Amino acid sequence: MSDNQRNKHDAAVDELYAEAEQWHINTGEETIHAKRIPGKWRNLKRLAAATWVVFFLGPYLRWGERQAVLFDIPERQFHIFGVTVLPQDFWMLSLTLLFFAILLAVVTTVAGRVYCGFFCFQTVWTDAFTWIEEKLEGNPQKRRKLEKAPWTLDKLRVKAIKHFLWLLISALTGISFVAWFTDVYQLWGDIFTFDLSPVAAGTILLFIAGTYVLAGFLREQACFWLCPYARIQGVMIDRTTAVPTYDFYRGEPRGRAVKGKKKNAEQGDCVDCNQCVAVCPTGVDIRNGQHEGCIMCALCIDACDVVMEKLDRPTGLIRYASLDELEGKEDRPIYKHPRVWVYGTILTLALSGIIYGLLGLDAIQMKVLHERQPLFVAMSDGSIQNKYTIKLLNKMSEDLQIRITVEGPQGLVMKDLTGNEVAGGLAMIEAPHNKVAAKTLTIRVPRASLESESAPILFHATTETQAGEAYATQRESVFIGPR
Amino acid sequence: MAENNPFPGENNTGHVWDENLRELSNPPPKWWMIALWASLAWFVGYGFLYPMWPIGQEPTQGLLGWSQMDEYNEAVAEVEKMRAPYENKIAGMNAAAILEDSELQEYIQRSAKVLFGDNCAACHGAGGAGNIAFPVLADDNWLYGGQIDTIMQSINNGRAGVMTAHAKILSDEEINTLAQYTLTLSQGKDDPAGKTLFQQKGCIACHGMDAKGMHALGSANLTDGIWRFLPEAGETQLDSAEYTIRHGVNDPNDPQTREAQMPAFKDRLDDSDVKKLAVYVHTLGGGQ
Repeated sequence: MSDNQRNKHDAAVDELYAEAEQWHINTGEETIHAKRIPGKWRNLKRLAAATWVVFFLGPYLRWGERQAVLFDIPERQFHIFGVTVLPQDFWMLSLTLLFFAILLAVVTTVAGRVYCGFFCFQTVWTDAFTWIEEKLEGNPQKRRKLEKAPWTLDKLRVKAIKHFLWLLISALTGISFVAWFTDVYQLWGDIFTFDLSPVAAGTILLFIAGTYVLAGFLREQACFWLCPYARIQGVMIDRTTAVPTYDFYRGEPRGRAVKGKKKNAEQGDCVDCNQCVAVCPTGVDIRNGQHEGCIMCALCIDACDVVMEKLDRPTGLIRYASLDELEGKEDRPIYKHPRVWVYGTILTLALSGIIYGLLGLDAIQMKVLHERQPLFVAMSDGSIQNKYTIKLLNKMSEDLQIRITVEGPQGLVMKDLTGNEVAGGLAMIEAPHNKVAAKTLTIRVPRASLESESAPILFHATTETQAGEAYATQRESVFIGPR
Repeated sequence: MAENNPFPGENNTGHVWDENLRELSNPPPKWWMIALWASLAWFVGYGFLYPMWPIGQEPTQGLLGWSQMDEYNEAVAEVEKMRAPYENKIAGMNAAAILEDSELQEYIQRSAKVLFGDNCAACHGAGGAGNIAFPVLADDNWLYGGQIDTIMQSINNGRAGVMTAHAKILSDEEINTLAQYTLTLSQGKDDPAGKTLFQQKGCIACHGMDAKGMHALGSANLTDGIWRFLPEAGETQLDSAEYTIRHGVNDPNDPQTREAQMPAFKDRLDDSDVKKLAVYVHTLGGGQ
């Protein structure tokens, strides 16, 4: 190896270690104190966070006698405004979950971790907690100073207020969560009379602990090490996804701005002011490229634009851009991404399924269970008897009288369990509201009218509400005879 | 080794390979250690609150006094509490009245299904579908009568059919004629020669003048399409009928006789269970 080569080699190794030094990973030993500056993205973030107001205020809405949205688990009924969803309609929940899962995917493909940066409760709650911190303890420098300062009465007072407010928000979070599952006014009453059920109390306490620890202490560490969605979303991004990106072609080589001097031609636009790092809630340096810790909240865009404007340089050194756009390749519009189409199709299917389900929620739902042991019985008069259990789910808010008639092989006779023939071939079932009513019926058919081993048989259910609205449904089953 | 450490002041272990590859001893993140200690504390606390430590013959019982058996018993008590209103009603009513009560009916359809499976289905088949040598309970053909009280009597005291073996009383030809006659009867036809023999040989004493059987004796109705004893593999219905006439049912003097015995259940089941089973059997499809 010549001296020249050796030097080159050493330089390469040095560079490698320099990079390793820079590649510092924060495992929680350092509290990130992010600077808060106003800007376009900060405003958007506030708007996005405002959607969580629904979480806090939603339970207080009323719908007639009851809470407008109530997930009543003990009674196994979900009330969503005028609609009551019973366990029988639960397939719609799967579609809802599918819808949101795919929505997450399609948004991530198009614009990166929008959920993480703008909507995620971890981001929003952490933001609220640090906002309180800033109001009480001052800007990041003051906070760092306060952290190192000896314990004084003043420090104790500030810290105590902060933790009290954090716990207050945590408690409200827990109570609001529980309020979706039980009557909210009664819940508050129970809280003030210390009469909470153990399940409600346990859930609220867990939420208080979780919110306080996750938003107060773990913060970006949750995104780094706990959250699976952070990792999943990371792999959904490709070269065409527009994400907050530092334009290194424009910015490098970076150099400090010097007062009164114009930048020289070789220098890039980045003035190395470190503002993008200072505002980052996860402590990432966007200029190092895509980073697993970047939740794509776009606050660095605001920070950089402010500096660029001050220095009379064009804004957008950090901007929403895809890698393709940055490298000057053709930037494919959104509708040309096959992924967007695939995700979009699934999204539409799931949504139409939910809408179909909600529109088609029958007032009454009938199931007919054919007795299988035995499948049929030969009676002494030569007829064949089959047994059916009719199950009727009444989803109306009043009790109903439901009429059952049967259509099937010629000469069929419907009998009730006690063996009496049902008068006029019309069985009545009392169906209490929001419950399943069951009735067992036997049906006899003369053997001569059975042409094959099984014949179709159709059950009709009809009913009227007190207001006179008529509802009907039907269900096909089989009548089985000997070979 | 410390004095030879090529990277002094660094928190390495002193092990160095290939000039600069060394092992560092960085502590794990603090929050990770907190989680570790917290879970250890949880484990110890759990160990004192719940049965866990294997000391002596039995493990420690835990300060909370929780046991899986207690939890099971509580769950059973809860179920019994739910059943109690029905069970109390059943205990105070007779079976015929229960049959008329549609609410109790639906309750019995479910609870007696289990009783039937445990006590009856071994012979009578699930849902009363019957078996080769055991009567179908789901049809409307009854040896001893399909009234609710008769069914209860059958369950309480059991039943044993009686029919004399005719091998020594009748000739083979006569047995064949009579067997043929029962076959024609079951098809709804008549046969004057068979009828004469049927009356002469005293079959009418048990099966009746009209051959429809007598519930008091448990004798079979010979005029319908339902057979008490079905042919075994390779036999015809005629063979089976001849066998029954030849060897009888439960005849102590004929070792090849047909066996038809139902044990008494009154000592195995309590009154309520018998009532429930009677109602269940009555509603299987052919109660009278």
